[in-house]
Order: sequence, then C-alpha cells, then structure tokens
Amino acid sequence: MPGGKQKQIEQAADLRVQSQIGEEERFRDLMRRMARENKTAVFSFFLIILMTLAAILAPNLTPYDENSMDLMHRLSPPSAEHLLGTDEGGRDELTRLLYGARVSLLIGVVPTLLSLILGSALGVLAGYRGGITDVIIMRAADVTLAFPSMLLAMVIMYSLGGGLVNVFLTLTLVNWANVARVVRSQTLKLKNSEFVEAARIIGVSEGKIMRRHILSNCLPTLLVLFTLNVPESILTESSLSFLGLGIQPPNASWGLMINTGRQYLYNAPWLCFVPGAAIMLVVLAFNFLGNGLLDVLDPRQKKQ
Amino acid sequence: MEQKTLDVRSLTVCIQTMKGMIRPVNDVSLEVPRGGIVGIVGESGCGKSMTARAVMGLIRYPGKVTGGSVYLEGREITSLPEKERRKLRGAEISMIFQEPMTSLNPVMKVGKQVEEAVLLHTNCSKEEARAKTLDIFREVEIPEAEARYNCYPHQLSGGLRQRVMIAMAAVCRPKLLIADEPTTALDVTVEAQILKLLERLRDAGTGVLLISHSLGIIARVCDYVYVMYAGQIVEQAETEVIFDRPAHPYTRGLLRSVVSLREGAGTLETIPGVVPNLLRLPAGCSFSLRCGMCTERCEKDAPRLLETEPGHKVRCFLAEKEGVR
Repeated sequence: MPGGKQKQIEQAADLRVQSQIGEEERFRDLMRRMARENKTAVFSFFLIILMTLAAILAPNLTPYDENSMDLMHRLSPPSAEHLLGTDEGGRDELTRLLYGARVSLLIGVVPTLLSLILGSALGVLAGYRGGITDVIIMRAADVTLAFPSMLLAMVIMYSLGGGLVNVFLTLTLVNWANVARVVRSQTLKLKNSEFVEAARIIGVSEGKIMRRHILSNCLPTLLVLFTLNVPESILTESSLSFLGLGIQPPNASWGLMINTGRQYLYNAPWLCFVPGAAIMLVVLAFNFLGNGLLDVLDPRQKKQ
Repeated sequence: MEQKTLDVRSLTVCIQTMKGMIRPVNDVSLEVPRGGIVGIVGESGCGKSMTARAVMGLIRYPGKVTGGSVYLEGREITSLPEKERRKLRGAEISMIFQEPMTSLNPVMKVGKQVEEAVLLHTNCSKEEARAKTLDIFREVEIPEAEARYNCYPHQLSGGLRQRVMIAMAAVCRPKLLIADEPTTALDVTVEAQILKLLERLRDAGTGVLLISHSLGIIARVCDYVYVMYAGQIVEQAETEVIFDRPAHPYTRGLLRSVVSLREGAGTLETIPGVVPNLLRLPAGCSFSLRCGMCTERCEKDAPRLLETEPGHKVRCFLAEKEGVR
C-alpha cells in the first residue's frame, strides 16, 4: 500500500520535527498534524474560539439590552432591525443568544474543569493508595454513577435551588465519578511502571509522585475527557434550564430560551430553533475536537 | 578494619500469597566494602532483585521484610521510619534497573528528572541544581549535555537513557549504588561503556552492588561474588575463587552453561529444570531436585552456609566433607 507507506514516512518526519522544536511550538505542531488528518476538528476548534469571542464581546456586537422589554414588538419575525426576531417580551433574540452563550459556555467549561480536578485527584489517590482508600472512593463513584445523570442533577438542583453557582456545583458532582474511574485505571497501570519506581528510588515523596509523575502522564486523556465533557455539561444545563431548574429568568441561557420559546412554537418557531441550533453546533464542535485530539494524541487508537 | 558500605545480616522477606507464605529472600547476609563492586548472580526468579528492593526499603504489600537488618556505613536502616528512609533513597542509596526504555518518565525532560533528585536532597537553588545535572551528564559521558538536558526520553537511544538513569542515581554521590542488571537490555559495546562507568563510580568511593545473570560481567568487574538460588545464598567467594574452584554444584552448573568459543568446546551444557516453586520447596537442600550429585541426606536435611576456606562459604554437604579434608 503506497498510501500507508507515505503515512509512515510522514510520521517519521513528525518525530524528527518534534525533536527539534521547543515547548512553544508543540501546540502549533499538534494543530498542524490535526489539520492534516482531521479537518473537521480544526474547523470545530476555530468555531469554538469564534463563539467564545462572540460571547465575550456580546455588548459590543448588539445595540440592544438583553433584558429590556419592548412589548410593542413582541414575537416579531426576523427582520433587518432584529436579525433573529424578538421573543415574547419583545427582546432581541440575537442579543439573548449572545448573552446566553456566555452562560452556556461558562457552564460547559467551569464544571468540567472542576470535575476534572476533583475526579483526577480522587482517581489518582484511589489508584495509587489502593486498599481502603480505593474502596471508599470507588464505591462513592459507583453510587454516583448508579443514578441516571439527569435524575441525579435534578435531585441536587431541587435541593440546592437554581442559580449559576449551584449549576456549577451540581454538574461537578454529577461528572467527577467518570473522570475518577478513567484516571484510576491509568494510575493502576502507571504506578507499576519503572519510572515511578525510579522516582521512588531517588526518594520522591508519594504526593509528588502522584502529581508530577502520574497525573502528568494522564494529561492527554484528561484533555480528551475535557472536550467530551464540555458538551455534556452544556446539554445537561440546557435540560435543567428547560425544566426550570437551572438558570432563572430573566437571565438568558440557551436551554431556558428553548423552554420559553416552546409555548410559541407555532407562531414564532425561530425562538426554539435558534438556541437549539446553537446548542447543537457547540456540542458537535466540542465532540469533533475531542475526536480529533484523540486521533493525534494516541496514534495507536487510530490504526484500529 | 575494613570499612563496610553495606552490611546485610540475615535479611528475610516474606510474601503472603493466596496459596501460602513464600520467602523470596531467605536469611541472606552480604557485605559491600567501600569502593568495591560486589556481584550477585543467579537465575531469573532466585531472589536477586527482591534482595535489592529490600535493601532499598521498597518491598510493597503483600511482601514484607520479616527479619534481619541492613547497616549502611554502620547505621541500621530497616527500623527507620518511612520518612527517614525516603531521605536516604537517592541521597545515600540509589539504584538503576534493567529497562532503560521504561524507567524514565515519558512526559518529563530528562534533565528535569535528574534535577529532581538534586532538589530533593540538597538545598540547591534551581540554577545550582541545573549546573550539577549538567556536570553529572558530562561525567557519565552524555554528549552535548546542554542539548540532552531538554530532551524527552523517547528522543534518546537505549544507551543514552541508561546513562541518564545512572546520572539520576549518582548525582547525589550515594554511598551505595545497586545496579539491577544494568546492561541486560543493551548491546555489547554499550554494555562495556556502562560497566566502565560503574567502575569509575567505584573509584570515586561508591560501593556498588551489581546484580546480574551474566557471569561474563561479574568476572569482569566484581571483586567478590554471591551466588543465589531459591532465595538463599548458596556460595560466596572472591571472584577468582568462584571461577577457579567453584564448590557448589549449582555454581559449577552455571559456569558450565557459559558459551565457550574455544574449538572443540562441544555441546553447551545446561542445568536441567527450573528454579523450584517457592511454595513447594524440597524438604532438604533446595537445589536437590536438579542436582546431579544429590544424595539421600540432601533430600532430608538442609545444608548450612559454611566456610570451606577463608572468605569462601558454601551451602552444600559435599563441600563440607571436602572442607574437612
């Protein structure tokens, strides 16, 4: 197969390139490899950046205020004045979408980061220490995973009440167990490797071994988990807000926008479709990026 | 009086398994003089590496050091709390292993890994630690030390990685270096270089405990040799004595199993069988099952390690008789 051979040569070239580049260029190299092998992933990456910028610059992008009502123009269809129409309170839909992106992206990223930190800390501890520590942490994870995640999120939101911080907390509590399991299994593999033994031999303390030698080797996995968990968080928040448990009106979040738009589905369908499409785009973009990273970071997985 | 770097007395390691208790290290006593290279030889699974681990204090559950003591320059270390022992590791006792491919952290620059040892055991600043790392890199003959400092392990060859390992173990000038089959994974030219390196460390005053199953390596660098079988030392003597007049049938078998390039050397001999399952050791001498000169007494009683001539100890009834003569 000439194609396969070509690929092998390219990979060999990659290795040579890698050995010559410094720390700063590793990221660019990663992107370059991803660009060659998985264009969707690179496109997704830039889409995510674009959306993030749009969310940050929301006040500069629209002349309207997100919460001020204009009852004279409620439920007006898309026009030059209101590009995506207005909602039941006469608020500009595009403005709501941009401000909603702030909430939704924040909710995608913050709880995912929190659950990665919590989950990897507990996972490493469980895997490295073993014994009773392992049993306690992993049974707690099993209990968490035993509930359907949506149900668990609803229960926690009910008892905590709505609001942004509580959504963060809830999603962290729902997602940590998966991370812990993945990190634990990696730790079990890594802790018997000889470089960990070597670290022990030069007298590195257990805490340092866990942080510097084991967690650092889990980073590629954690990066992929991050891109796969962000869309999940966004979806869960959307569902919670749709059910009225997440972000409270008048603040905008995409799930909440779908929920309020649902009542006007027949006369103003854009109120549901626009935030729905936004959710779909972000979720797909993160998933594609995650798959792309998985390909680049683990060459073995690709061949299968 | 000769200064001893390491003095191990009747060290015993037990492992509780599902099927019963085994003793991978059974009543092992050995000494490493200051500035000497001492070898341990034996087949795979005879307890060499376990002994090394026990000396390092790295036996993990379910294994346990159940008896004996280890003196490092006259100081007993098995009874020290874990925190104290950790301070010794890397600073006063260090170890290198067989597999240079996997003994370095793949996501850390090799320079940083060596530097870690310096930062742990001295009060150096980062710059001083870096300078020390570059010094030891040059000392173990890593070419272009500055460039290698920033390399990741996958960018280095096996020989270079083993040099980095040695640098990591030796950077704090330990009193004792345990080398657990340091050249098994390397080709012969690199092997010679690595052995030279060990000799240089010895000349600098480090005691070296070299574990190997290659008699060639032992003959080349060791002053004194211990032969292990099934967790016990079966023979010990100065290197020349072991090669000149081995007394234990196992040692003789090992020596006969060495490939000879002489003309007419005939078929290569082997010792029949494998190291016995430690759960089902024979009642008498542990080597009795494979011994060509096994007697009735060997099957019933276990021989003791007795001195047959000054500095030469053997665990065999046959040698006892000869010793009397």
